[in-house]
Amino acid sequence: MSWRKEIAMRTSVEKSMLIADLQQQILQWQGFKQIDKKDYKVGLGALENAFPGHVFPLGTLHEFISENKEEEAASSGFIGRLLSFLMQRGGVCLWINNSDQLFAPSIKSFGIDPDRIIFVQMKKQKDILWALEEGLKCEGIRVVIAEVQDIDFVQSRRLQLAVERSKVTGFVLRLQPRFFGATTCAARWHIRPLPSYVQGNIPGVGFPEWEVELLKVRNGNPSRWQVGWRQNQLQAKRLALTSDHVYQDKRKVG
Amino acid sequence: MMAKRYAVLWFPFLLTDWYTKHNPSLADIPFVFAMLVRGRMCVSAVNPLAAQLGVVPNMVVADARAAIPRLEVLPDKPLRKEKLLQGIGLWCMRYTPIVSVDTGDFLILDITGCAHLWGGEKVYLQEIHRQIRQKAYEVRIGIASTIGAAWAIARYGQQDTIIPDNAQDQVLSTMPIACLRLESNLLERLKKLGFRTVASVTQIPSQVLKRRFGEDLTKRMAQALGKEEEYIAPLKPVIPYAERVPCLEPIKTAKGIEIAIEKLLVMLCKRLMNEGKGLRKAKLSCYRVDGKVRYIEIGTNRASAHAKHLLGLFKQKIPTIAPGLGIEIFVLEALKVEDAIPVQELLWNGEESLDNDALAELLDRFKGRDAACCINRFLPDEHYWPERSIRLAISLTEKRTTAWRTDRPRPTRLLNPPHPIEVSAPIPDYPPMLFRYKGEVHLIKKADGPERIEREWWIEQGEHRDYYYVEDNQGRRYWLFRLGHYQGDRSPNWYLHGFFA
Repeated sequence: MSWRKEIAMRTSVEKSMLIADLQQQILQWQGFKQIDKKDYKVGLGALENAFPGHVFPLGTLHEFISENKEEEAASSGFIGRLLSFLMQRGGVCLWINNSDQLFAPSIKSFGIDPDRIIFVQMKKQKDILWALEEGLKCEGIRVVIAEVQDIDFVQSRRLQLAVERSKVTGFVLRLQPRFFGATTCAARWHIRPLPSYVQGNIPGVGFPEWEVELLKVRNGNPSRWQVGWRQNQLQAKRLALTSDHVYQDKRKVG
Repeated sequence: MMAKRYAVLWFPFLLTDWYTKHNPSLADIPFVFAMLVRGRMCVSAVNPLAAQLGVVPNMVVADARAAIPRLEVLPDKPLRKEKLLQGIGLWCMRYTPIVSVDTGDFLILDITGCAHLWGGEKVYLQEIHRQIRQKAYEVRIGIASTIGAAWAIARYGQQDTIIPDNAQDQVLSTMPIACLRLESNLLERLKKLGFRTVASVTQIPSQVLKRRFGEDLTKRMAQALGKEEEYIAPLKPVIPYAERVPCLEPIKTAKGIEIAIEKLLVMLCKRLMNEGKGLRKAKLSCYRVDGKVRYIEIGTNRASAHAKHLLGLFKQKIPTIAPGLGIEIFVLEALKVEDAIPVQELLWNGEESLDNDALAELLDRFKGRDAACCINRFLPDEHYWPERSIRLAISLTEKRTTAWRTDRPRPTRLLNPPHPIEVSAPIPDYPPMLFRYKGEVHLIKKADGPERIEREWWIEQGEHRDYYYVEDNQGRRYWLFRLGHYQGDRSPNWYLHGFFA
């Protein structure tokens, strides 16, 4: 019996090694390139573990979904935090939208100088997407953020091609999207505001807290956290994945 | 900047010289041109022989005839002299691009930076003199640092003279007062009062002169002495940066237009680059076969002489050109040219900054695609009123003068204008208990405030705002305000002004 056990153990070790090896190969076949970890810490702590190789993917597209204005504000805040990490080494950021609703002074409280952001306002969705693509092609820029309602697979592929050459990071902020089709984005985020954190029984509004959900991650694991920053310290608590936020294309009726 | 130098050419016998040239038989006869002035024939131009005999312009012909019976009188035509002078002026453009015609028989040449091409001002002056003499015109030339001084020495000097830089004060002081280009009435008055030379006027304080003789005298003096700038209207306005491409066959295709623009841009940018300039605004005129002209214009955010980038900007507009039957000539003009910051490979070029060519070119493309698009950078401004707490930066590289404030909560998204809401709030100054926004009732769990922000009375009139930072039972955070105080007879005005992250 012992030799059977031994064989079983040996095979399990071999199996796990084999699986790890295969996973690595799959990642390579999927076009995922391993990046050196040290250079690309963005300060998201535990959240980065959801991404392949525990590295926040830069030089790609990220999609932020928000269903209402409140979630859009929360997403803007979260993006502000991300920008403060991404732009630590200098750089310019481009924020393209169609109405002037981001209030620049508020971004400062997330640790980024608002005067380093260039706001571009364009009327048509088509123009915004075009501007996003042009911005992503431009190597003089670190991050481009665009607010569009919808983006389909073909459009996102164009953006992906631009990004692959220039290594610029793009954030697409989608307010009330009409459909949730597949895109080439490396991650799809959904950020909802949660009741703020208050220490003890102090009255008033405390530090903002968000429920950060990664709906889709390319080569990674979707997950959900409760996230907040207190005195610039990240506090992340893992939440169970719920099935009640299922995104489906809203059928057109009538 | 290079010190200005001017040459003034005086033609004492312009019309008669011209006539003698074409009718050599008149060379030994005193003759004049005459024109009808207020019903009388008056002398308009005299030849040297007639001048020697005492005939002067504006004399009545009958008087001149009475004095010199053998005087020949020829009819003059209006504007003949002006046309002639303009012709000579255009011919003079071989010496300098900026030539201007002055009233009387004068040409003003801006010769700044031109004389050295002929080997100095002396040779330059002699050359002009010789060439004009060869064409049978009498001419006297004065060169000086101001138009006034050059004019004076040309008109009242005995021969061609060059006044060295900054020596016009000494030279002018001995000249007659008439050399200041004054009106005849004023000149008469000055002569009557015994002012004969310029020196006699310069000793008097300008305030006194202004009071007694008006602005004109002091202005002309200041211009002649180089204390005041004087401008001339060139015969041909200099379009400094323009290129043209004529086509053998009319061009109809977009690709053809693109090639033409590229050719033009390469020529223009080469010149711009050599001179250390860049263009801010350019206009392309397409002359069509049917005689119509089509224009497209581009603008850049900062001076650029980068042909490839500018071509990209034009490319966006090519579809708007209607080529019709074809375009014969393309003309590219740089309407606005500025000194370009020299392209320099910086050591820290790897770090992207706002002062970056690629970025400026990208923003130009945005502007080209959608001319109505706004490209803004916000800087903090010292106002508490939220809408005024930021201002637009003038340029991409403008630095902020005050720090961004973080001591007060400000929403990530601001509603502009604020949205009116229904609120139940305990009075006097407690935060609201609940509010209704777009049909949904929000129960408020946590709140901060009020933060009172007054309108700045020196900017606008109106009521203050009391802001509350509130969070509802689902954790959504809002910025609410009440406009003005509670008043018994009206319901308070509550507004939603923003969403917090």
